[in-house]
Amino acid sequence: MSIPTTNDQSVKMDKANKRKYLLEKVSSKVFLICALLSVLTLLLIIGFVFYKGAHPFVAGGYSFTDFLLGTDWVPSEDKFGILPMIVASIYATIGALIIGVPIGLFTAIFLAEIASKRAAKIISPAIQLLAGIPSVLYGVFGLAIIVPFLQNTLGLVKGQSLIAVILVLAIMMLPTIVTVAETAIRAVPKTYREGSLALGVSQIGTIFRVVVPAAKSGILTAIVLGLGRAIGETMAVILVAGNSLILPTSLTDSIRPLTTNIALEMGYAAGTHQEMLFATGIVLFSFILILNFVLAKISAKGGN
Amino acid sequence: MGIIGKLKFALLIMVVLAVLSACTSDDKNSSQASTSKDETIAISGSTSVGPLAEKLAHKYAEQNNTNIEINQIGSSAGITNAISGVSEIGMSSRDLKEEERANKLNEVVIAYDGIVVVTHPSNKVKDLTLEQVKQIFTGKVTNWKEFGGDDMEIVVVSREDGSGSRDAFQEIVDYSSGQLIKNAIIASGNGNIKTTVANNKHAVGFISFEYIDDSISTIDINGVEATADNVLEQKYKLSRPFLFVFKEGQLSEAGQRFIDFILSQDGQSIAAEAGAIPIK
Repeated sequence: MSIPTTNDQSVKMDKANKRKYLLEKVSSKVFLICALLSVLTLLLIIGFVFYKGAHPFVAGGYSFTDFLLGTDWVPSEDKFGILPMIVASIYATIGALIIGVPIGLFTAIFLAEIASKRAAKIISPAIQLLAGIPSVLYGVFGLAIIVPFLQNTLGLVKGQSLIAVILVLAIMMLPTIVTVAETAIRAVPKTYREGSLALGVSQIGTIFRVVVPAAKSGILTAIVLGLGRAIGETMAVILVAGNSLILPTSLTDSIRPLTTNIALEMGYAAGTHQEMLFATGIVLFSFILILNFVLAKISAKGGN
Repeated sequence: MGIIGKLKFALLIMVVLAVLSACTSDDKNSSQASTSKDETIAISGSTSVGPLAEKLAHKYAEQNNTNIEINQIGSSAGITNAISGVSEIGMSSRDLKEEERANKLNEVVIAYDGIVVVTHPSNKVKDLTLEQVKQIFTGKVTNWKEFGGDDMEIVVVSREDGSGSRDAFQEIVDYSSGQLIKNAIIASGNGNIKTTVANNKHAVGFISFEYIDDSISTIDINGVEATADNVLEQKYKLSRPFLFVFKEGQLSEAGQRFIDFILSQDGQSIAAEAGAIPIK
């Protein structure tokens, strides 16, 4: 009598265990599929952009160097040169860094080191909210406020200009820089500050000679991430850039960065024109890839 | 209990009968109306034709049960969709290119559109010849004083390369994309051009008739005012056709009826109300 019951029980246990293991297996597979999905998406995007973008150079007989170094972009006359856009993208990004990095860094230092809890409580959420504003609204703001402001105060014939783009991008990259840099500064051990202060260094001296150097890799990461945001931004820029096809020589020239070239013309493009826009995407993608590479290097150094 | 059970049973039967009768009557209705109900016409293309097509579709949907989906994605994209079958009908605000026509496309002119050169309301220049317009857009003349305006720089605003409005404008004014003054502001869409011109006293741009309002000032061409009548009488030079294109033999009955409606008296008067120029 007792033997069959234990058998029954062990059979039941086996069943329960089997089900448990099955569930385990299934769920791990589900997670794997989810993880693979994002990798797959990435591969699809890269594959598609490169396939479309490389086509005119591989099959169409266009020269890639002419594409990169050409100064004329006239799709209807078969002229595809994106040098003005590459230069515009680089100028706009550097300009935004020059304005955005000091402001962002000082904000981060203020929040992490100097601000009272009450001040931080107001400023921190405000900055996070800034990050959540849809980029097209930055563009509308730029078009409605910054462009007329530049037109009136600087006496420009048109406010759509490199400087307008720089200002909008500088504002847009602030949240990224502030949040990442603040985290990095907060991660610096308290003992560093105490040691420095004990040696008689002032608070500001401590911040710039001890804390900031200690948080260097985190701050660099913040800057590179901000840079990535600036170079990839499209909707805000398209409204304030003017999108002219000239090699920018002054801050007041209207410019067309790589991103807006794609967004502006994709709706109307067909054939080679469309493929050349994908090729523009490849160049933009390479920029982002280089940035990510730099970022990986910085984090690796920070780890050591 | 017995009584309640019987009542329940009776109720059940009544419900079943009601549902059945509803179904059958529904079936009759739908079979009668099946020629128009739940049909969808997918239309995509020009942002210039789009607003007009929206209005026509709205009126048409009031009288018919046809579902009309309109996507404003630009002439070239719309024509491509019509060729590939993504959309049943493509909208174009320019004549078809040869390579597009090679795909056995049928085209129907549903209305005409006038393009108007616009400036800031404060601008004193109100009349230009086509040649002068060309000089402005190709950068030969860069100051308004040459045409009797104030001594200030001209800021040219143009649509993007590939836009139907831009193609039409350039073809009529007779300059190529390569000749367009390099530092021209490029704005996407009629509305965007209007806003840019309305906010800049130096600016000059071109938009469809439909977008004319008080925020901008319109320029007469060769002394002819930009009005629908002048377009139909072919006095006003800056005009172009609005096309519906579809693949030969691919037009559904519903699509054909919609096009018939557009070409009817009713449809054409809607086109006129929308600011386009009716064909009759």
